[in-house]
Amino acid sequence: MNKWQDNRAWFLILPVFIIVAFSAVIPLMTVVNYSVQDIFGPGERFFVGVEWFREVLQDQRLHDALFRQLTFSMLVLLIEMPLGVGIALTMPKKGWASSATLVLIALPLLIPWNVIGTIWLIFARPDIGLFGAFINGLGYSFDYTATPMNAWGTVMLMEVWHWTPLVALLAYAGLRSIPEAYYQAAKIDGASSWSIFKYIQLPKMRGVLTIALLLRFMDSFLIYAEPFVLTGGGPGNSTTFLSIYLVKLAVGQFDLGPAAAFSLVYFLIVLLFCWLFYNALQAAGAEDN
Amino acid sequence: MQKRRLALIFYLALLFLPIYWMINMSLRTNADIMANFSLIPTDITFENYLKILTDPSWYSGYINSIIYVGINTTISLLTALPAAYAFSRYSFIGDKHVFFWLLTNRMAPAAVFLLPFFQLYSTFGLIDTHIAVALSHCLFNVPLAVWILEGFMSGVPREIDETAFIDGYSFPRFFIRVFIPLIRAGIGVTAFFCFMFSWVELLLARTLTTTAAKPIAATMTRTVSATGLDWGLLAAAGVLTIVPGALVIYFVRNHLAKGFALGRV
Repeated sequence: MNKWQDNRAWFLILPVFIIVAFSAVIPLMTVVNYSVQDIFGPGERFFVGVEWFREVLQDQRLHDALFRQLTFSMLVLLIEMPLGVGIALTMPKKGWASSATLVLIALPLLIPWNVIGTIWLIFARPDIGLFGAFINGLGYSFDYTATPMNAWGTVMLMEVWHWTPLVALLAYAGLRSIPEAYYQAAKIDGASSWSIFKYIQLPKMRGVLTIALLLRFMDSFLIYAEPFVLTGGGPGNSTTFLSIYLVKLAVGQFDLGPAAAFSLVYFLIVLLFCWLFYNALQAAGAEDN
Repeated sequence: MQKRRLALIFYLALLFLPIYWMINMSLRTNADIMANFSLIPTDITFENYLKILTDPSWYSGYINSIIYVGINTTISLLTALPAAYAFSRYSFIGDKHVFFWLLTNRMAPAAVFLLPFFQLYSTFGLIDTHIAVALSHCLFNVPLAVWILEGFMSGVPREIDETAFIDGYSFPRFFIRVFIPLIRAGIGVTAFFCFMFSWVELLLARTLTTTAAKPIAATMTRTVSATGLDWGLLAAAGVLTIVPGALVIYFVRNHLAKGFALGRV
């Protein structure tokens, strides 16, 4: 759609610009400032250049946390995207049943993140939790506070439980935007439900699925409260994801310089991945058209 | 068709098991929880809920959360509406760059901004106020609101704006009388998303508050560490935290369905 050319439109975006600059640019400058200084106290600071960046990039615990984080985010995306699309395909299209399903599916999204952790803390306990007791009843010794594998499984399951609804809602929105005429034409051509999915539904959903993929990637990469409440990053360091490590570093040990350098590296990694995803999806879209 | 319906019902049932379990726990005493494993609560007690609803250190948490979430949703919508209109209708210097820059703020790890935010709001003497939390949540909610609203607005044909201007509508009058009613569903969906992300955020809300504006989510975490494991109370607090969200979804359900039917989110 061609747009009106008018630079006065800046006045309309000015409030947003100011508010975001206030809450993003000023703090970001502070972080950059910290990341190149050694801070002993008020008024006692030394410029150290890229020292903290060198230290952070060579930190083995950071490498471990990053590897853990990447594995986690990729696995979560691989499960949540197809599952969410699958659920969206089963959702009723109109009437009270469609509102009811929307309301029910959206509910986990509205639970505060640490409450999600609390729910699973209770739900997965081997002694008093339904899930933990059930798995143990099957003859498998399950305890998420003791074995890293079990802790991982629980965090993964919790994440999938919590966020698949978002993918489902967005995919559903994409499906609803397909005109009925497309389906009628497909019916006349005798298309199978698989080819309807592949040639009509999937391409029409691409826009919202891009948003879903980006949102899910960002949020799973920034995950903090849920694993923190569930296991506190343990057992050992098995569920210490990047955010948890960063907060430990910044708030726990008050290592402001390295924490700031770490923050910037973290931010750049998120940006890089989002940019890669975004471009890959755009390119895939261009090929189809 | 029948198989699909069954798969959906099965999924919804699985979705509700953890929540059901928390409700189950919240209706039992601690001794009962530890002693007996039962699928259905037998000796139902409301003492966990009573404690939360009568103890100010508990219930004020809910009030605080609702206040800052309300402020945040209002600010986000009021500022994002004109901005989204600008992005959807006009091309101007730097539009694409600013739009993408807004989105990058949605990607910033909240943990990155913890210390700078604390410093910034200390400087303005805003620590432990609702407005501090509401403003800090704008960091991720305003870009999201612009993003979603822009999608809805681009779905409205531009001829409507042109006709209105030819008819002699001034811009503010057109915007409020004609345009906003057209994208009502979109505003509903946006408000829902803003509410959701502000309501569930913990890290910033906890850092920027100490007592007077402490959110319920933070009250809960501290209780876990302080009194050890009062499962019943914890579960009851969790259930009460779900209630406002459930109410919001209930009230916007029709907007939600309509918004999703428009197909641009």
